[in-house]
Amino acid sequence: MTTPLLEIKNLVLVRGEVQVLDIPALLLHENEVLSIIGPNGSGKSTLLLTLASLLQPTTGELRCRGEIISSRRSAETYRRRLAMVFQEPLLFDTTVFENVATGLKIRGISRNEIKGRVQRSLELFNIRHLADRSARKLSGGEAQRTSLARAFAINPEIVLLDEPFASLDPPTRLALTEDLERILKETGTAAVMATHDQLDALRLSDRMAVMKSGRIIQDGPPVEVMHRPADEFVASFVGMENVLNGKVVAQAGGLLTVTLADHLIEFPGMSAPGEQALFCIRPEHITITTSDPGGATSARNIFPATIRKIIPMGAYHKLYLECGFPLVAYLTSQSLGTLHLAEGTRVFASFKATSVHLIRSGA
Amino acid sequence: MELFWEGIAKAMALIVALDREVLAITWLSLKVSGLATLISLVIGISSGTLLALTDFPGKRLIISIVNTGMGLPPVVVGLFVTIFLWRNGPLGFLEILYTPTAMIIAQAIIATPIVTGITVASIHSLPPNLKLQILALGATRWQMVLILIREARLPLLAGVMAGFGGVISEVGASIMVGGNIKGYSRVLTTATVMETSRGNFDVAIALSLILLLLCFAVNYVLTRIQHRKRPR
Amino acid sequence: MYRLKKFLFPLIVLTAFVLTGTTTQSWAATKAIILATTTSTQDSGLLDVLIPIFEKDSGFTVKTIAVGSGQAMAMGTKGEADVLLVHSPDAEKKFIAEGSGINRRLIMHNDFVIVGPPSDPAKIHGAKTSSEAIRKIAQANAIFLSRGDNSGTHAKEKGLWKAAGIAPEGQKWYQQTGLGMGQTLNVAAEKKGYTITDRATYLSLKKTLGLGILVEGDPLLLNIYHVIEVNPAKWPKVNVAGAKAFADFMVSRKVQDIIGKFGVDKFGGPLFFPDAGKKAESLGL
Repeated sequence: MTTPLLEIKNLVLVRGEVQVLDIPALLLHENEVLSIIGPNGSGKSTLLLTLASLLQPTTGELRCRGEIISSRRSAETYRRRLAMVFQEPLLFDTTVFENVATGLKIRGISRNEIKGRVQRSLELFNIRHLADRSARKLSGGEAQRTSLARAFAINPEIVLLDEPFASLDPPTRLALTEDLERILKETGTAAVMATHDQLDALRLSDRMAVMKSGRIIQDGPPVEVMHRPADEFVASFVGMENVLNGKVVAQAGGLLTVTLADHLIEFPGMSAPGEQALFCIRPEHITITTSDPGGATSARNIFPATIRKIIPMGAYHKLYLECGFPLVAYLTSQSLGTLHLAEGTRVFASFKATSVHLIRSGA
Repeated sequence: MELFWEGIAKAMALIVALDREVLAITWLSLKVSGLATLISLVIGISSGTLLALTDFPGKRLIISIVNTGMGLPPVVVGLFVTIFLWRNGPLGFLEILYTPTAMIIAQAIIATPIVTGITVASIHSLPPNLKLQILALGATRWQMVLILIREARLPLLAGVMAGFGGVISEVGASIMVGGNIKGYSRVLTTATVMETSRGNFDVAIALSLILLLLCFAVNYVLTRIQHRKRPR
Repeated sequence: MYRLKKFLFPLIVLTAFVLTGTTTQSWAATKAIILATTTSTQDSGLLDVLIPIFEKDSGFTVKTIAVGSGQAMAMGTKGEADVLLVHSPDAEKKFIAEGSGINRRLIMHNDFVIVGPPSDPAKIHGAKTSSEAIRKIAQANAIFLSRGDNSGTHAKEKGLWKAAGIAPEGQKWYQQTGLGMGQTLNVAAEKKGYTITDRATYLSLKKTLGLGILVEGDPLLLNIYHVIEVNPAKWPKVNVAGAKAFADFMVSRKVQDIIGKFGVDKFGGPLFFPDAGKKAESLGL
């Protein structure tokens, strides 16, 4: 097995009375993009600063390609191999060109070489035309591009990004995310990105880690985290709208039958009759029909339901359904129109057994 | 009011004639206050930056003391420096009372808290994450400090100008520790006081005008430096 | 632009060293004498003539610290001066008596005059004695400016009030400036008040002042200068050789001649009268 690019072991960081970080293990591999998601105060920024060796852990170790980062010396050498971008651009009071050149000047690179590398970095982020502009006169998006160009100009092995697009308006955020995605792929730089935005995370990352109160609750490919959350916290955080609690009545061949509000729901999982089961269904996986599909569908779970509320969400609509238990479904506006659905309409909600994910069973 | 015009006329006359004594006094003012400001710059910016960037118990107390020092009356500094430099005082063996050296020391003591206090405020006014950003671009501790100082150059240089302005215009300490000795420790401010007490108001006004001109010239140069490398 | 920056810092440091070199202590070699004297002595310009001659002749350098007689003697009491040139006889006698000074020698004298506005509201012009004049001022409640700074002039003024049997402190018409002679004269001119001044300072400001000499010639108004060496027995750090050299210089024939001729071309008459070797009593005091 190749040595991971970065590795954390038993990292604990205590500040005053509070345990701010508690991470037994975390890895980052070459070319990998890892996103860290979690609520405010969960320790995302602290983790990034620790990965940059700008914060010293109370106990535990950080290794880069197997070498431990401990003394001030090794930390300074290690830091030369990475770059960090913050939520605020934090530019210097000079031109865009000089800003982007900063990392190179710090490394004592010759003026001639600096010129070429800065131009290339400006080109990468489409701000070549801003080279001589004063940093004070940039828009939010331009400033953040400058900050990114500054980080990438030094050809870092690792880029750390702390909610880099959180302060930008949606169109700018979109454009920048696309550019960043492209650049990360082209340069093959490994990255760790803290973000609020799950879509960013989904789009950019190879792996997703969910943090809560300084701990990593789940760590895996984004699709897995989003479709098979480890617990209700992760579920709610990754946009699992339907988290339900029922009682197991039967179990056969890996398939559970759970009762909830006088309905029976079937889905794969291991448990025992009598146990409580916590499970979830993504709203995209709920199909609405105006009549009972009966046996004409592969979905094993079909329930009559009334539409309580419809909320438009741009590209799709959110439907709040009541079928003895609450369900949330997503539907396109077309379907809404075709089926003539409105608040109060009685429908049938169905979903496949395989769309249901058992979070846990037991108490 | 005629006195004022007489003063201006006298000032012109003295400057045009390149009056020996006036030139010497002006040059000494510049040397003494310039050196004192230079010393205060070195001590002030380094200790101010250190104070701003490190955390330690009692930090706020020290900063309050520095800020109080900014308002230290020059005459009080002069008195205490004199007491130290008296022949029979603790530093009397140095034999520097009534010399320009003593004046430089006293003025440096006056200017340093000003430069330090303004440095602390300047560094504190930078975005708190800027220090981390600089380190995260691979800077060593030393490089980080230099970059931060450069980022704060606007308020920092204003601090240096305040320090210089404070000492080139002070007279209490200069008279006490310098003795206003003709051709040796006489500067523009002490000469102005002396001429006034003698009743030579036109000469006093002339010297004041020359002092103002000197202040303006120095501040102009410093302001040019302050705004260097700052793109429009 | 970077090249310039690299040069700027060492250039500043180099300049600093050069400046330091040329500013400080080229005088460290010869030991300096601290001469504590009065503002009126310095303001007359006499010292500007005498000191360079002394320095050339003797090789000593002189730091002339011009403060009031009171402060000069206080410096002597603390051993912070080597030699004094002052004009406050009563205080000087005390100074010698307490052992702070030795070799008190008479150098020269000039006189004080009472000046006031040409309108002379207290009608003191022509008074025979200074006591009579100031009594009239007190009775008329006319504005009187005192230097109030323990200088020789101030001490003389206080002596006059004592001799006249009047205590002017705290009266509305008696105002203390705490300033030098020239400034006090200007204040008196502004307020159209009376004051006592040495003749030399008055003469140098006469043109623009607007005050006239109203009373002069009273022996009480004599202003007598002595040179005193600070007692090395009390203060070992005193520059004994320098102090003695300066005192000897002041009483020397050559210098006494210079003193006698000083100010003649500018004011038509000498500002000081040389007296070395005489007894103070013989001056009519």
